Amino acid sequence: MSAAMEQIQGHAPAAERPIIELIGISKRFEKRLDFIGKLAQKLGAPVREEIVHAVDNVNLSIRKGEVVGLVGESGCGKSTLGRVVAGIMPPSDGEVLWRGRNIGSLQGAEAREAKLRAQMIFQDPYASLNPRMKVQDIVGEAPLVHGMTTRGGFESYVDEQLRRAGLDPTLKKRYPHQFSGGQRQRIGIARALAVQPEFLVCDESVAALDVSIQAQILNLFMKLRADLDLTYLFISHDLGVVEHLSDRVVIMYLGRVVEQAPSEEIFARANHPYTVSLLSSVPRIEARKRAFATVKGEIPSPLNPPPGCHFHPRCPHAFDRCRVEVPALKEIAPGHLSACHLNG
Amino acid sequence: MVATLEVRNLQTHFFTRAGVVKAVDGVSFTVGRGKVMGLVGESGSGKTVTGFSIIGLVDAPGRVVGGEILFHGQNLARLSEEEMRQLRGNRIAMIFQDPMMTLNPVLRIDTQMIETVLAHTKVSQEEARQRCRDALGMVGIPSPEERLKSYPHQFSGGMRQRVAIAIALLHRPELIIADEPTTALDVTIQGQILAEVQKLATNTGTSLIWITHDLSVVAGLADDIAVMYAGRVVEDGPVSEVLDKPLHPYTHGLIGSVPSRNKRGEPLRQIPGMTPSLLKLPPGCAFRSRCDRATPECATPIELMELIPGRHARCIHPHLEEQVAA
Repeated sequence: MSAAMEQIQGHAPAAERPIIELIGISKRFEKRLDFIGKLAQKLGAPVREEIVHAVDNVNLSIRKGEVVGLVGESGCGKSTLGRVVAGIMPPSDGEVLWRGRNIGSLQGAEAREAKLRAQMIFQDPYASLNPRMKVQDIVGEAPLVHGMTTRGGFESYVDEQLRRAGLDPTLKKRYPHQFSGGQRQRIGIARALAVQPEFLVCDESVAALDVSIQAQILNLFMKLRADLDLTYLFISHDLGVVEHLSDRVVIMYLGRVVEQAPSEEIFARANHPYTVSLLSSVPRIEARKRAFATVKGEIPSPLNPPPGCHFHPRCPHAFDRCRVEVPALKEIAPGHLSACHLNG
Repeated sequence: MVATLEVRNLQTHFFTRAGVVKAVDGVSFTVGRGKVMGLVGESGSGKTVTGFSIIGLVDAPGRVVGGEILFHGQNLARLSEEEMRQLRGNRIAMIFQDPMMTLNPVLRIDTQMIETVLAHTKVSQEEARQRCRDALGMVGIPSPEERLKSYPHQFSGGMRQRVAIAIALLHRPELIIADEPTTALDVTIQGQILAEVQKLATNTGTSLIWITHDLSVVAGLADDIAVMYAGRVVEDGPVSEVLDKPLHPYTHGLIGSVPSRNKRGEPLRQIPGMTPSLLKLPPGCAFRSRCDRATPECATPIELMELIPGRHARCIHPHLEEQVAA
């Protein structure tokens, strides 16, 4: 029965069907009260459980071969969302669909298989590699465990992975500390690709690198996309990088998606006041001596976000409705969604 | 008009067990009154050590071994520690990347700020307090009177950096050295800080050395720019000229690799290879192993030369042909 279903789905045009779909994803982090806390509460002290809504009801679908840029400032939940998508963290609410099937409902071999399909590349090339492991083990361990290579073919499999990430395979017996930042990031990329994923989540993967090295790594990402037909969720605070790389951009603010649109569209016709102010705050190399545009105020604490639209205390256009009602994400042009009451 | 700061052939070396690291090896530049100078380079290029050398904060095993740092004509490299102490925080101030390097976590902001005021001027407690309040107001901190009573951990990252800037401003210094002060901040907060700094430089006539790896920040903020590579200035000049028509192949490559300078979706122009180790720098141009214009002559020592009036580069094959075109 299910094989027949597969067969039918297999005939649907691949480009139409999203590779990954998020439906109403929320992630909450709760700090529960310990014994002393509970006691203090009983005695009337003003302590309570603290809940951070890191990601709040996010819907997003990513098509095969697409590069989606996820942009936001610190605390907006972009990394948490990336981790949920990569399957590292279970969501508190909502469903992650992988080719239309709920990842949470898969069992056994199927679940393991699904986990391998999405891999993650981290920000800090110093913290994300085990310093006590040789490069060949960092890259080769997972494929060996999952039976993608054998003991006999191990060496050549690892060589192939390293070469693809632009590293010299003769260096595979070395440890991470013997490499520079850019090379370490390449090791991280080789590790992620070694299990033959279809989908990569890059969480600020070039943020820690120097500009000249950053360009090398970005070029590698683009080459791999073409060679291996990869799909990316590219998380970054750097709008220049995102603009260059992404087909579609998603902007987050305090756990919610405030706007999403195709790349050209969002940089030409940003709709949400937050996106507009974000774009005007970005220093650009084309700009000369000028007055820097500013958004007033600070990013509020996600522990205690403002009611209504989270952006209203900083928004120059805020009116009464913004202070009470959460704006829905609505389509304002084909493929362009924005969550703002100004759109009616 | 005498320049606020003139650095001539500054050399700061670190004497480590592995050998002598020439972190700064012959750096020269000038900062005029009320001007903003952008000191740009990648990690390990010596930009921070240059800043530390000027304000006299280089620790052992490092030492300023040569050159002159002329502050209003006075050579800072020759001053005693006590004389330097009189200047530091008073006429020259520094802002660090991490504001917690400036702030003591266990003292209230008012304690730290008033201490700074009293270190260099004889005023009453009340007057010192008034000055601190004004400084906090100047950098855009709301309700400064209440905030004075807070501890550093009660401020957000952006607010902490504002406090650090306020402390630097207390004595209305003639020169502020800012070492990547907005790198750790979010874009909108960075925009706010840059706007404040820009206003201050214009209003108070303070000269500024802005150390950063981010060309885009410097593009909108600085008057002049000096690009560093492997301990040396490879190019300097007015910001718009250097960014529009770079002379040195390194500057050229660096600007070319910024994503917004490339067509969307196409491969970024990249500089091959990586920065050489400062421990074993080859003689001649340190960039030549990564340079597409390098010839055998590049292995001979190359000086910073004035190639166009007001613009210097340390290169014998500069991008001169593009200068005519524009």
